[in-house]
Amino acid sequence: MLRRMDAAQALADLTEISSQVVHVAIVEGDGSVLATTIGDASRAERFVQVALTLLEEADALRQVRGLPGLSQLEAATLDGSVFVVRRETPAGGPRIIAATTRPDPTVGLVFYDLKHCLRSLDVLSTADAA
Amino acid sequence: MLMLGAGSLAGTVLYRRRAARRVERVDLYAEDGSMASVAAGAPGADRLLALAHELMALAG
Repeated sequence: MLRRMDAAQALADLTEISSQVVHVAIVEGDGSVLATTIGDASRAERFVQVALTLLEEADALRQVRGLPGLSQLEAATLDGSVFVVRRETPAGGPRIIAATTRPDPTVGLVFYDLKHCLRSLDVLSTADAA
Repeated sequence: MLMLGAGSLAGTVLYRRRAARRVERVDLYAEDGSMASVAAGAPGADRLLALAHELMALAG
């Protein structure tokens, strides 16, 4: 079981190394928030709900277009981009990270940093289980 | 003259590339590494972009 403190540390590491990321939330597959940079609890809750809806509807569009399983997405707007990455945990359930960036981010680098953050949580949860 | 023409062409290419990046879109990445880009106005894109706008506002 991953501790919220571990997730908060992983989030702090992410925002320190990735200057392009503005806000982030890490969410378990059941929708529970592990950590977020959004200070206001109700805004954070809404952010996570909308991010999960975005992922769900993007997955539906992916099915319509006949693509294989969706692993990540970038929604680019004129105000900035939204990134969502989904990854299976060693325990089997999905874990999701959603982030916002400033306009015109370095897409590959942001995805790399978000996936690195999720991988570091996998390592922590495996170590905790041992 | 040739240098001026080449510089102008390069500037036009860069401007067009930058303008193309400013179009709102959603890029979907599949598990097999493939990617589909859905531009604003395409079926399904506007709903996803509306959610993205809401997220940007919440993160404000």
